[in-house]
Amino acid sequence: MNGGDGGEVTAAPPAGPPPPLEWKFSQVFGERTAGEEVQEVDIISAIEFDKTGDHLATGDRGGRVVLFERTDMKEHGGSRRDLERMDYPASRHPEFRYKTEFQSHEPEFDYLKSLEIEEKINKIRWCQTANGALFLLSTNDKTIKFWKVQEKKVKKISEMNIDPSKVVGNGSASSSTVSSSPKPCLANGAYPDRSYSCLNNDMTFPPGGIPSLRLPVTSTETSLVARCRRVYAHAHDYHINSISNNSDGETFISADDLRINLWNLEISNQSFNIVDVKPANMEDLTEVITSAEFHPTHCNMLAYSSSKGSIRLIDLRQSALCDSHSKLFEEQEAPGSRSFFTEIIASISDIKFAKDGRYILSRDYMTLKLWDINMDSGPVATFQVHEYLRPKLCDLYENDSIFDKFECCLSGDGLRVATGSYSNLFRVFGCATGSTEAATLEASKNPMRRQVQTPSRPSRSLSSSITRVVRRGAESPGVDANGNSFDFTTKLLHLAWHPVENSVACAAANSLYMYYA
Amino acid sequence: MSMVDEPLYPIAVLIDELKNDDIQLRLNSIRRLNTIARALGEERTRKELIPFLSENNDDDDEVLLAMAEELGVFIPYVGGVEYASVLLPPLETLCTVEETCVRDKAVESLCRIGSQMRENDLVDWFIPLVKRLAAGEWFTARVSACGLFHIAYPSASEMLKTELRSIYSQLCQDDMPMVRRAAATNLGKFAATVEPPNLKADIMSMFEDLTQDDQDSVRLLAVEGCAALGKLLESQDCVAHILPVIVNFSQDKSWRVRYMVANQLYELCEAVGPEPTRTDLVPAYVRLLRDNEAEVRIAAAGKVTKFCRILNPELAIQHILPCVKELSSDSSQHVRSALASVIMGMAPVLGKDATIEQLLPIFLSLLKDEFPDVRLNIISKLDQVNQVIGIDLLSQSLLPAIVELAEDRHWRVRLAIIEYIPLLASQLGVGFFDDKLGALCMQWLQDKVYSIRDAAANNLKRLAEEFGPEWAMQHIIPQVLDMTNNPHYLYRMTILRAISLLAPVMGSEITCSKLLPVVVTASKDRVPNIKFNVAKVLQSLIHIVDQSVVEKTIRPCLVELAEDPDVDVRYYANQALQSIDSVMMSS
Repeated sequence: MNGGDGGEVTAAPPAGPPPPLEWKFSQVFGERTAGEEVQEVDIISAIEFDKTGDHLATGDRGGRVVLFERTDMKEHGGSRRDLERMDYPASRHPEFRYKTEFQSHEPEFDYLKSLEIEEKINKIRWCQTANGALFLLSTNDKTIKFWKVQEKKVKKISEMNIDPSKVVGNGSASSSTVSSSPKPCLANGAYPDRSYSCLNNDMTFPPGGIPSLRLPVTSTETSLVARCRRVYAHAHDYHINSISNNSDGETFISADDLRINLWNLEISNQSFNIVDVKPANMEDLTEVITSAEFHPTHCNMLAYSSSKGSIRLIDLRQSALCDSHSKLFEEQEAPGSRSFFTEIIASISDIKFAKDGRYILSRDYMTLKLWDINMDSGPVATFQVHEYLRPKLCDLYENDSIFDKFECCLSGDGLRVATGSYSNLFRVFGCATGSTEAATLEASKNPMRRQVQTPSRPSRSLSSSITRVVRRGAESPGVDANGNSFDFTTKLLHLAWHPVENSVACAAANSLYMYYA
Repeated sequence: MSMVDEPLYPIAVLIDELKNDDIQLRLNSIRRLNTIARALGEERTRKELIPFLSENNDDDDEVLLAMAEELGVFIPYVGGVEYASVLLPPLETLCTVEETCVRDKAVESLCRIGSQMRENDLVDWFIPLVKRLAAGEWFTARVSACGLFHIAYPSASEMLKTELRSIYSQLCQDDMPMVRRAAATNLGKFAATVEPPNLKADIMSMFEDLTQDDQDSVRLLAVEGCAALGKLLESQDCVAHILPVIVNFSQDKSWRVRYMVANQLYELCEAVGPEPTRTDLVPAYVRLLRDNEAEVRIAAAGKVTKFCRILNPELAIQHILPCVKELSSDSSQHVRSALASVIMGMAPVLGKDATIEQLLPIFLSLLKDEFPDVRLNIISKLDQVNQVIGIDLLSQSLLPAIVELAEDRHWRVRLAIIEYIPLLASQLGVGFFDDKLGALCMQWLQDKVYSIRDAAANNLKRLAEEFGPEWAMQHIIPQVLDMTNNPHYLYRMTILRAISLLAPVMGSEITCSKLLPVVVTASKDRVPNIKFNVAKVLQSLIHIVDQSVVEKTIRPCLVELAEDPDVDVRYYANQALQSIDSVMMSS
């Protein structure tokens, strides 16, 4: 391999694939002790890093959002980070600490439709930071909320004009000056002008003002406060599966099973429907929207995936209602391979744009696929996530696991992709040209324990790829298939890759595990 | 802790409540900031209140918004214009908050203060503030800066002016699209203060940058700049620099940009002059009227009258009218609806002949449109046609349209047509109205939907105002009174409502002789809701009828109601009795 010395290479592409990563455990939050029952509400249902990677948010089934902040850097300047990386390669890895948490959603009941609305957080997206405050969007099945998390001064008034001990409540304060009616305030808690009615402009003040009046003196202690700034409600008839910010910084989309709506962050009482796949007759319904995301830099482009395994790229410039896509990505199924499960496992559970916007990663039940948006004939790479489950599809169908929605993610440099599987395993694949990296890690304190070397990616058979089989603790996949029966209840659905470093955060039930390489 | 003298007590409360936990109280205090300032005096306002407010930037948005607004008119309370600069620091902080409406208000207040400040104060205080904001770390500050340049620029020295222009040009290329959007939005205002040579050089190059931005949202704001800049430039410069841009924009890939062009295009016609309008803008506009995207056609259709007003009639008839014909049968109901709301205005532009020949068929087809909004929009602008061709030509088609709308199954449509009935009545005249529409007005009183019944009652009042009490005595009152015995109490209640609305219009005499007896009878109703509404109606009649009638008829009736078993009836009866007493007292 010539990966190490690329000095004399003149061609634009890198000389070879980057060396495979050595994954190490970094941190765990909310680790379970042996035998501890997992509370349903504590199960993590969303993970998201912010753009800088200095913050991480998780959402859970109890409607809570927990924020973590990076602790291993004192300053948050980009130049500082570069320096650090140069000086101490690999000695630093992102470390996070609990920052704050807040209750984002509460369980509700839709009386018109007699439907319970769960508080479970389906997605979290970070928005543009401003003035040191953090902003994020969180959504459950129906309602999107815009949150601001900020250091707030805690009010402590130490000096006042009126001795608070002598004034109990505002009603009595007013009644002592004005001979008002015995009812202090009428319905709705409105204070109709109260005592100020005597403060009309005809009141005269001495030219120098009144010296005995003082302004309240406050102390300046601070604490983190999360405030809901806007609620975007009543725009979705079906369950919201994705939200995604636009690069223009002013709009975002929300997608449910049949529609995608476009919102302005500052306007919560109206949204525009941009995609509607609802057929006139619901019996004709064959395909639903499963995930949607804006292009990271082109404000007019967005992609959405469907339950039939296709990804559509649409251009918001073309028309107001984007029923026709500008590009369609789907893989032709191999003739003869069709079975009862073909359609079910083709359903895409998640799509993600790579940072540069050129590639889209998609996850269906059995595979990860990487698509080049300039090539709609088929994926540029396919990675088998858990091929050994293929014989067991029937069981997976019977216990409904086949409908599990696994998320996927790409590394910030676009060289690797990752996704989850069962038994709290997740897999990392190299997707640079020529890379054969394929690691299996377990969400535990010893991620390499269960590492297996599975023959992956039959689709990308580059001539030079002499398989690099050297792996520590390699087990044959059969052991898992025969020996340890796979645990369908411990599935690793949610994970996120740090935007600038090789660090992955993943959720195993109620625990958040972090790894670095 | 000190206690304050009794007369100062309310002000002391007010000041303390600047920091109260209850946001309503804080808001209230901020709204009375001028009272606080006058109580403290000018010097202490400058030295204590303003610095206090500068630190108070952590509050809820509602409070910050109120504060930004109050500070804009605060110059008198700090000691006049020579001290205006002390107001800048708190507003500067408010210019950096995340909430857009607070920032906008702070910018507005800064502009207001800046426009009153003395020239050297502007140089010493205001311009440095603009520069600080423009170099702000967070985009919020830079966004606010864009809105202040037009105040800062005129008083700056030559050197400073060059600097300000270069800062603005940087803002036009900022990394954050929000900042570029703000720069695009404010470019027109800023350009208006820049000297012509620099306008052509610097501002136009900024404008060109913005028109080529990647972000649709920036480009479409640049479209707005076209019209503003066009008005500043000499006609030939406008043709050379703005016209190509707008023609390009009218064929932009993004429908949102074309939409903006469709909205703005007419403003540019005057700036470029008649010849380029004919050769370039009319074809561009015709393209927009035939755009693939319905939203663009909606915008274009909505401006058709304004555009035609600028053109000469021949051009309008030759180029625009054919498009209008196409649009009247557009596949999108919203396009037809937009067209219907403005097309009446074309009649005066085209003149009587062209209107009868060309426009009338379009009116008629729109009046028969299957979509109620389209018909409503035509009817709402009926007065404009009346001026040109008279209502007679239309009335034949009009009546079926009105009747159909009046019976539409969507109550909002019925509501809309009810609201136009007084307009129609005034346009059509008493005769036509009596024959055709009178019955409808009574029918609505018995609609299933409350809002319709309520609007119907109100409509009767407006008709009575339009045609006078005598007409109402013949055509409204008998019919209304006929309905007082309706078996359904909700309909009886509507009648009470109608009576209370009609009484002030009809005057004392008719009220006493016709309306009051009905109300008194209704006070014997078996439904409590009717009875307490009777009490409310009687209360409203006190001011209309004679004192003696109040004593002889209304009071006994109310006294009886005040003994009613139902608590609400007693409550409203007592309310009415109280107001009788207070009227007595005052007279």
